Amino acid sequence: MVLVYSDNKKLVFEMLNVAVELGKNTKKEVIAVIIGKSDESLAREYISYGADNVFIAETNFETFKAEEYTDILSKVVEETGADTILIGSNKNGKELSARLGGILNAGCVVDSNNIYIKDNNIFAERVVYSGNAIAILKFNSKPAIITIPPKAFDPLKKDEKRKGEITKKKIEAEKSQSKILKVQELKSEGVNVEDAEIIVSCGRGFKNKEDIKLVNDLADVLKGKTVGCSRPIAADLKWLSEDHWIGLSGHKVKPKLYIAAGISGQIQHIAGMRDSGIIVAINKDPEALIFKSADYGIVGDLYEVIPKLTAAVKEKMG
Amino acid sequence: MNIIVCAKQVVDVSEMKFDSSTKKPILQGVSQKISDIDKNAMEEAIKIKDKHGGKITVLTVGPANAKERIKELLAMGADEGVLVVALDNIDYHMTATLLAEAVKKIGEYDMILCGEASVDLFSGQIGPRLAGLLKIPQITYAMKVTAEKNSVTAEQNMGKNVVTSESTYPALITVTKEINEPRLPSLMQILGAANKPINEYTAETLVKDVKPVVETIDLKGVSMERKNVIYKNDLDESVEQLVNSLAKEGVLGG
Ligand SMILES: Cc1cc2nc3c(=O)[nH]c(=O)nc-3n(C[C@H](O)[C@H](O)[C@H](O)COP(=O)(O)OP(=O)(O)OC[C@H]3O[C@@H](n4cnc5c(N)ncnc54)[C@H](O)[C@@H]3O)c2cc1C
Repeated sequence: MVLVYSDNKKLVFEMLNVAVELGKNTKKEVIAVIIGKSDESLAREYISYGADNVFIAETNFETFKAEEYTDILSKVVEETGADTILIGSNKNGKELSARLGGILNAGCVVDSNNIYIKDNNIFAERVVYSGNAIAILKFNSKPAIITIPPKAFDPLKKDEKRKGEITKKKIEAEKSQSKILKVQELKSEGVNVEDAEIIVSCGRGFKNKEDIKLVNDLADVLKGKTVGCSRPIAADLKWLSEDHWIGLSGHKVKPKLYIAAGISGQIQHIAGMRDSGIIVAINKDPEALIFKSADYGIVGDLYEVIPKLTAAVKEKMG
Repeated sequence: MNIIVCAKQVVDVSEMKFDSSTKKPILQGVSQKISDIDKNAMEEAIKIKDKHGGKITVLTVGPANAKERIKELLAMGADEGVLVVALDNIDYHMTATLLAEAVKKIGEYDMILCGEASVDLFSGQIGPRLAGLLKIPQITYAMKVTAEKNSVTAEQNMGKNVVTSESTYPALITVTKEINEPRLPSLMQILGAANKPINEYTAETLVKDVKPVVETIDLKGVSMERKNVIYKNDLDESVEQLVNSLAKEGVLGG
């Protein structure tokens, strides 16, 4: 069986695409898993996106806690005899899959966007060394646990006529010694850099928080309206909220145009934007690393370059 | 408070070289360091020890030369090091298994601190795997940790939300890079570290017959071929050329 689980249903839709492919190749059924309250309409939706069956693991736990959800999921694995487990790669999903790997002594590959079967073995590829290489990994044992990031795959076409079975079962799990005291929304300006087509990013080359306006203006005339930033701007200076942060420990983006202003181009920043279509760099240091990763660049003071660029783009676009 | 800090020796990715034809990374000869975020874990351990007293043990699974790196953490403030010498091609399952056995050898502990992920491979598996093997709670992505006598509270950065969690001891906590600024040891501390003990175990003495469940078959190179057209002369001219190029590329709006 191929199991698919995430607390984010969009991710489940996307993963079902891969699951169906893997299921076809190994002649195994695809089971989408719901943990928590029984939700039959969601279950039917999973079926219409490709699941053969849906397993609803009913629990009394109100919120996600890795220890408890791992315990539940391991019981679902046992119950269904699953040998391939696909988990959505958000933060909950990652800590869940690694702990599951621990207690099942099973292999786990995090953040894979290419999964295939060769000679009856499951292979998964993932980006390593800050985007400088792709590791080809082979599972030697079962079950195989793989987490899949958002947007790695498109969902299959929805087919409301597909039929599938829905199994409900109450699953008891051991209560964790830890408890959640509070959940607060992380400060966010509601931008979604992952979906953006054009991103203008700022780095430490900016001297004051107010100067970010320059980037906003350029993003506006480009109709991209999306501002990104390097780690120091979000993490250290806190001039922008973390939803703007691009890089290894921030968001991974692939807009058709990425403009980096006052960003040095350290490998950890590149890791987040290397898949962009066209990359433009603005930096006063002709030796800056960012120029090596750029299609076009202007060597100059961003305080002079950006206003001129904004005006020129405005004129060009009419 | 007895604290174990798990630290990994990694290649310095920013110093990595690539084979010019295959684009594959050349890992041999690249300088090694302690993974950055593990130093944040170390710093947090020192702060907790400053408040409650106790002992900090640094635990590494790695090659024999990782001993030199462990000394850096002893200089920062750890009391003792443990190195489990393992072969190169080990996977997360083996590493976590060895760590779990080493933790049992170390004995009494209240808290295990790890970085949220190592900076070379960035999987973030070791903390949760180890917690799973030891059957203890895991608090991941902590950006603030408050250790009290009988319990620990942490603010976790879970992406959209900040989750405040509390656990009794023992507990495993993984920290983010933002949690603190790791201290640089003084010369005195560096010299003093030479006298601190580092216990070495071989993998075989801890676990018999543990095999990788995931094997790295190959590392493919990634080419970052870019046009590298850089304008550096008259600014007005440069801006005009850039805008024309972008228009030609078809990336200007619309
Ligand atoms: C584990 C780890 C994870 C990390 N994750 C990330 C991540 O996710 N994202 C990320 O971005 N970084 C990350 N980093 C940090 C990364 O290594 C760099 O420190 C960071 O990207 C540098 O940010 P910056 O380019 O804005 O600043 P700097 O490196 O300080 O560069 C500023 C640049 O601005 C230029 N400049 C200055 N003034 C002007 C001017 N007037 N006009 C034009 N140019 C000017 C300078 O020439 C310089 O190139 C991580 C680091 C580690 C160790």
